[in-house]
Amino acid sequence: MNVSFSQIIQSAPRRRFLPLLMATVVSACQPQLPETVRSGLVYCSEGSPESFNPQLVTSGTTIDAISQQLYDRLLDIDPQSGELKPLLATQWQVNDSGTVYEFTLRPDVQFHQTEYFSPSRAFNSDDVVFTFNRIMDKSHPFHYQGGGNYPFFQSVDWANLVERVIAVNSTTVRFELSRPDSSFLSNLATDFAAILSAEYGAAVLAQGQPGRIDSHPVGTGPFRFKEYQKDVLIRYYRHKTYWRELAKPEQLVFDIVPNNARRMAKLFTHECDVVAFPRVAELGLISQRPDVDVQESTSMNVGFWAFNTAKPPFDNAKVRLALAMAINREAILQAVYFGYATAANSVLPPTSWAYNAELPQLPFDQTQAKALLAEAGYANGFSMDIWAMPVQRLYNPNALKMAEMMQADLAQIGVRATIVSYEWNSFRRKLSNNEHDSVLIGWSADNADPDNFFRPLLSCSAAQTGTNRANWCDANFDRLISQALLTSDQKQRRSYYMAAQQYLAEQMPLLSIAHSQRFQALNSDISGIDINPYGGISLATAVKDVK
Amino acid sequence: MILYLLRRLFLLVFVFIALSILAFSLGYLFPGNTLQNFTGMTDISAELATQLTAEYRLDSGYIQQYIAYLQRIFSGDWGLSFASKQPLLQEIKILLPATLELAAYALLVSFFVGIPLGIIAAIKPEGIVSRIISALAIAGYSIPIFWWALLLIMLFSIGLGWLPTAGRIGVLYEIPHVTGFMLADILLANSQHQAEALLNALRHTLLPTLVLATFPTTVMVRFTRDSMLDVWEQSYIKTARAKGLNRAQVLYRHALRNALLPVIRQIGLQFSTLITLAMITEVIFSWPGIGRWLIDSIYQRNYPAIQAGLLVISTLVISVNMLTEILHTLFNPLARKR
Repeated sequence: MNVSFSQIIQSAPRRRFLPLLMATVVSACQPQLPETVRSGLVYCSEGSPESFNPQLVTSGTTIDAISQQLYDRLLDIDPQSGELKPLLATQWQVNDSGTVYEFTLRPDVQFHQTEYFSPSRAFNSDDVVFTFNRIMDKSHPFHYQGGGNYPFFQSVDWANLVERVIAVNSTTVRFELSRPDSSFLSNLATDFAAILSAEYGAAVLAQGQPGRIDSHPVGTGPFRFKEYQKDVLIRYYRHKTYWRELAKPEQLVFDIVPNNARRMAKLFTHECDVVAFPRVAELGLISQRPDVDVQESTSMNVGFWAFNTAKPPFDNAKVRLALAMAINREAILQAVYFGYATAANSVLPPTSWAYNAELPQLPFDQTQAKALLAEAGYANGFSMDIWAMPVQRLYNPNALKMAEMMQADLAQIGVRATIVSYEWNSFRRKLSNNEHDSVLIGWSADNADPDNFFRPLLSCSAAQTGTNRANWCDANFDRLISQALLTSDQKQRRSYYMAAQQYLAEQMPLLSIAHSQRFQALNSDISGIDINPYGGISLATAVKDVK
Repeated sequence: MILYLLRRLFLLVFVFIALSILAFSLGYLFPGNTLQNFTGMTDISAELATQLTAEYRLDSGYIQQYIAYLQRIFSGDWGLSFASKQPLLQEIKILLPATLELAAYALLVSFFVGIPLGIIAAIKPEGIVSRIISALAIAGYSIPIFWWALLLIMLFSIGLGWLPTAGRIGVLYEIPHVTGFMLADILLANSQHQAEALLNALRHTLLPTLVLATFPTTVMVRFTRDSMLDVWEQSYIKTARAKGLNRAQVLYRHALRNALLPVIRQIGLQFSTLITLAMITEVIFSWPGIGRWLIDSIYQRNYPAIQAGLLVISTLVISVNMLTEILHTLFNPLARKR
């Protein structure tokens, strides 16, 4: 029983455990973290991506998570000026009739080297042809992969617009259009027009697993794909042979946290470096904390109140104007957007180059509104429905509250409004059938082109497909916006859009209420991230300050 | 003893058969297409349907179907999850260790905290220490676990910023899945940053363990205390004291061994409560375990997942129950006779 103290100390289990314990304690004080963790960035997003191919999706959540991180496009949009910049295409030429576009491609752009694919060649014109043929060529081996739906490209009528995409040589690609379309280049710059790898396509086809092209992505972007756990996280690593400046974070993780409060808590505990879409009502709370910053940017969107112009009494422009004048939009901006939105005077946000700054402000004048109603023959008012969308959107964070405020305003001019709401899917279905009197809804732009605010919202073709919430088909207006598309002279286009906005202000098929800001909250030791008003966020330039 | 074990084993098999019959019948009791509920496939073409119907024996009687079901369970073909389209067994293999890990930590804490506290409380039953311990035990026993968890998160995570609120480890640490037990996986990962990863994982584990341990600890405290007081009254204790042994010797050699016997049995009985509480803890702390997965599956009407999850969890609970029963008997020869 003569066991000395030193023998006990040297007994095996303790000897193994002590250094580990010491290391654990010491490392708590000294940040000797591995590079992948130290410069790694955690972006807490609000949902899982639907796919890893931007061509197939429209949701902002998916685009934020995949598009700018994994892929590049032929062209880019300058976030400040809204002008087009070269990206994978170094230069481009248009023929005189505006129907043939020729792009010169950037040399020495490498695709991702991943665990499942090693590229043998750099990016060339075959990849561009492969990418766009997938969308429009029904015999393309990948066209029907994932359902054969390309929602963004279908909405701009891509299949009928683009007749052919031809690889002239390895660095030149030619697009032949069936008609001139001045929004064509802008569409190529959207996050949806990401360039895929033709070589990878052939490889997955040879493996007999074509679905992998959309689930295990290969692109030319600043990050490469590492793993995805549904509803848990997406992990990317830096693309080491990226053609531009290498991404600052060695590792990028999208932590998927759908619950708003939980996302906020994770921001405060610094488990998240950047948080998408903090609730507007909580911005005050966030700004009180010194360790967290809030970034904002006016986003290209508009929240509006659309009248069903095919139904009386809303077919009368005077009635529409009277209703519009009766609404106190200033109060709505405060109560619904908490002041974090710009009052709208046109469907176009003021940041658009085609915005008509000379448009007269619509007054808030209930006496004049009453007079207008009397003129139109409704001196005693009438009853109507206001449909309020049941979901929260950037352009309208609380449609029900907005509807209640409008209900009170309308009562002042003798209009008795009833608020109607359905579950979101049936809401949209009933809207497409034009069962509504008026509806509170909105629109977020996909690119910087002003056409994106007019054609999908208020044209006759939109009325036919059921996306025109005002159910408005006006020959004058349609002529203005189609003429604007046929010319590529920006001054001339602007004059058409100015006239179109003037016409809308007189006809008032819908009352634009606000252009809301987009927010993101981030730890104050993160810098280098900007919100892009035209699309997804890019995290390649994010820098984490290590104390 | 062997006879006893055989008897227990027989009971276990019988209970399992009952459970699997229940799980099997859920395929019919859940709304929707029976074939979809069993396979987990949502788009089944007509020819595939005939093939699957034959394979699943859905065209024969219930008995044959049930036997085919059992065969599938044992061969590892548990069907797919509606939500992820992944094989269920694969998902469960990844998730179950996380739950077991959390439950094991909580049980360990409840042992090493609850039993000593219970003994201390029993030494002077009317003393102030004993009263404080009993009061804390009652408070811990009655506090709703989700509220307690939120209070701790408010204090330690959001208020003081010391501990993270969610997950098993910081998302920037990439730990390959080998055993599913995080600490073991970190040690197996063999990177040079083991220590950092380990510390990070421990920080993530602390709050969930504390929350989940609260209830079993209070149960341990109360049971150890009551059982000690009981034993303390026995005549063999008086004999030992009369022999001249001091208090500590009596406590350790005679009282504790006898007092802890009913406590062992209690673990088995409390295990089902522990698993239920683990589900709540997992939801609150976004712990990627089977409980959170099962609750999500219920929200998503993911019938194959509910079916498989129920089978796994109930089998687990029954097995642990049986195991503690056997341990109890092993340590207590008196119980074997009964």
